[in-house]
Amino acid sequence: MVVDTVLWSRWLTGLTLAFHVIFATVGVGVPLMIAIAEFVGIRKKDSHYILMAKRWTRGFVISVAVGVVTGTAIALQLALVWPNFMQLAGNVIALPLFMEVFAFFFEAIFLGIYLYTWDRFRNPYVHWLLTLPIVAGASMSAFFITSVNGFMNQPDGFVMEAGHFTAVDPLQAMFNAATPSKVFHVLSSAYLTGAALLAGIAAYIILRKGASAYYKKALKLMMGVVLVFSLLTTIAGDMSAKFLAEHQPEKLAAAEWHFETERGADLILLGWLNAEQKVMGALHIPKALSFLAFGDFNAEVKGLEEFPLDERPPLLVHYLFDMMAGIGFVMLGVAFLYFLFVMWKKRNELNKWLLRAIVLSAPLAFLGVELGWFYAEVGRQPWIIRGYMRVEEAATSSPNVRILFFLFLLLYIVLGVMCIFVLRRLFRNKPAEAELEELSKEKQIHSMEKG
Amino acid sequence: MISYELIGISVLWLFLYGYLIVASIDYGAGFFAFYARLTKQDHLLNRLISRYLSPVWEITNVFFVFFFVGIVGFFPDTAYYYGSALLVPGSIAVILLAIRGSFYAFESYGSKENIVYLFLYGATGLLIPASLSVALTLSEGGFIVEEGGAVSLEYLSLMTSPLSWSIVALAIVSVLFISGSFLSYYASRADDQPALKLMRTYALFWSMPTIIAALTAFIYLSQHNERHFQNMMDLWWLLALSVGFFMISVWLLYSGRRYGLAFICVMLQFFCAFFAYGIGQYPYILDPYITIQSGATHESMGVALVIAFIGGLCLLIPSLILVFRLFLFDADYVKGKK
Repeated sequence: MVVDTVLWSRWLTGLTLAFHVIFATVGVGVPLMIAIAEFVGIRKKDSHYILMAKRWTRGFVISVAVGVVTGTAIALQLALVWPNFMQLAGNVIALPLFMEVFAFFFEAIFLGIYLYTWDRFRNPYVHWLLTLPIVAGASMSAFFITSVNGFMNQPDGFVMEAGHFTAVDPLQAMFNAATPSKVFHVLSSAYLTGAALLAGIAAYIILRKGASAYYKKALKLMMGVVLVFSLLTTIAGDMSAKFLAEHQPEKLAAAEWHFETERGADLILLGWLNAEQKVMGALHIPKALSFLAFGDFNAEVKGLEEFPLDERPPLLVHYLFDMMAGIGFVMLGVAFLYFLFVMWKKRNELNKWLLRAIVLSAPLAFLGVELGWFYAEVGRQPWIIRGYMRVEEAATSSPNVRILFFLFLLLYIVLGVMCIFVLRRLFRNKPAEAELEELSKEKQIHSMEKG
Repeated sequence: MISYELIGISVLWLFLYGYLIVASIDYGAGFFAFYARLTKQDHLLNRLISRYLSPVWEITNVFFVFFFVGIVGFFPDTAYYYGSALLVPGSIAVILLAIRGSFYAFESYGSKENIVYLFLYGATGLLIPASLSVALTLSEGGFIVEEGGAVSLEYLSLMTSPLSWSIVALAIVSVLFISGSFLSYYASRADDQPALKLMRTYALFWSMPTIIAALTAFIYLSQHNERHFQNMMDLWWLLALSVGFFMISVWLLYSGRRYGLAFICVMLQFFCAFFAYGIGQYPYILDPYITIQSGATHESMGVALVIAFIGGLCLLIPSLILVFRLFLFDADYVKGKK
């Protein structure tokens, strides 16, 4: 019975986070794209890019709304579903949680101003400057929340005495060992996903309606961002793996199905486990795991055997990890290919198959983010605060979580469907070309009035 | 030297007061928008309401999260007691907030007006304050019980308690009164006479129920929690001030001038009453389980939170002033010329 409630609590939190992370990622990633587009537009005096910034902002506020309400939901659920966790950990990690709200507040204020002041400043750079606090606020939010997640993996900044945390150092807890690599990975992948989403939309419309100047520009701009951030995300992923190898070896070992501690460990890709826990049908890359973990082909990598059975993460995470990393490389490859085609005159970068791959990259990027978070969370099991508190000790004892799971599932389905519905209607009735015409007409009227 | 936990609870109480005001404006506006549509007077109101609400709705929501995260940060025991007891009602409030926030955005950024959105927006505007006010009732004690290491909520005694229903009624009518007086002020700034006339009627209509509900809740409090009631009686001068401000605001609204001053008086009326209530509850956060001293976090965390709070305010206050200057106090914007 107790286990049952714990499981439902995990499901409920997982559900909320899985839904929230889609909008959180958009919320962190897209403001940077808006800032880039508006800047390029002002620099080049090209109204296409300005229109991009406008249209993206219009879609963005819809997703921000869902992000805000699901963010509120998870903030409350932390206390409602995991009261014992918040009672214990709240003493140590309240600071970043508190500052996250400030960061978001800051972002919301400037988003409000940005949205309603498109034509209120004579110097266009003043309006562009408003994007900076939005981008900074969104990224700081990600930083603070990720540092809380880092704390759950690498608790620091306190002494445990008789079941209570004492000698609390909030800054040390916030800047725990896991924070740097995690924050880097979260931020670069959010920017990557934001760009992949917008590139995917542009590619989709080019496929459907033929290439127009507006969408070609949008596609090229965003593919450039995808290329940069897929490279950075690869580096961030490598840093995260090296971090795990050193500080949380059981998490890496579970992801890699690395059972025995050994030197020159192989990297195992995909495959499955037979009844005796032997890896079958997998691709082995000799000594690659040692290299990935420590930058040395003969380094010793700790295996799962060194950890007691009840402290090992579930082995399922292997697939989550492999798929996440695979998606990262696919995205890098697609972006690379696109620019290869752009440079290489004989090839057309608007090749149908390439465009299709770009369209596919958008959902893949979100899938990658989801898989990455599921790996991060499931890979921490059985702990909620690694080494200090187990998940089952933290959960609420109320059996009502099961009903609430379905209630929230319904809520998220409604919100998700409505969000897509509203976004579609918002843009279908107003294609970019029509808006461009309107803009140039307005300009003509303006110049006639002036003349 | 004032202790950090006292600073903490004062700041949080101030935030809750801030939420009470801005959220009431927002919730009430939702209800008025819906009501005006039903009575076919929406052409008078909707532009006014949407011009005020569009830039600020997220800010309202953040006030709430601020208070919530702050109280769990300063007093982690609240997470344990309130969190365990409020799983169901808290989740319902979250769902209502989610519906309201997102449907507002869908309506105002996304599409043409839709009566279903507007209904959800108006109905949640009354249900959310009602459900949130339950937390105040719970803090009086007797509804949350800890037995054998498990915390539970006594639903039956909560549902049958006159105190809890009188607080719910007070929450709803206050929302409408605060919102009505603010929107009167906003309409007068926008120089929108038909909207002003309508809003002034609403504000005056809801003023008497507000004071009656407040008295009723006060009487039931004396029966439920004698200690809290006596403490508040010792603060009689705050309560008297509150009633005084109420009378000034009603008189100003009635005589139809100085709408700005009238709204400030409404704010002061609630400020006095809210702080008399809060100070009277001292030292309890949850009678009898959590007091401010027993529930406080470690000193290092408390100090860090206070510092973060001051730093954050230094960032936020200038930005908020910017918003207010651009949207609330820019007469051209209010009148719809920008």
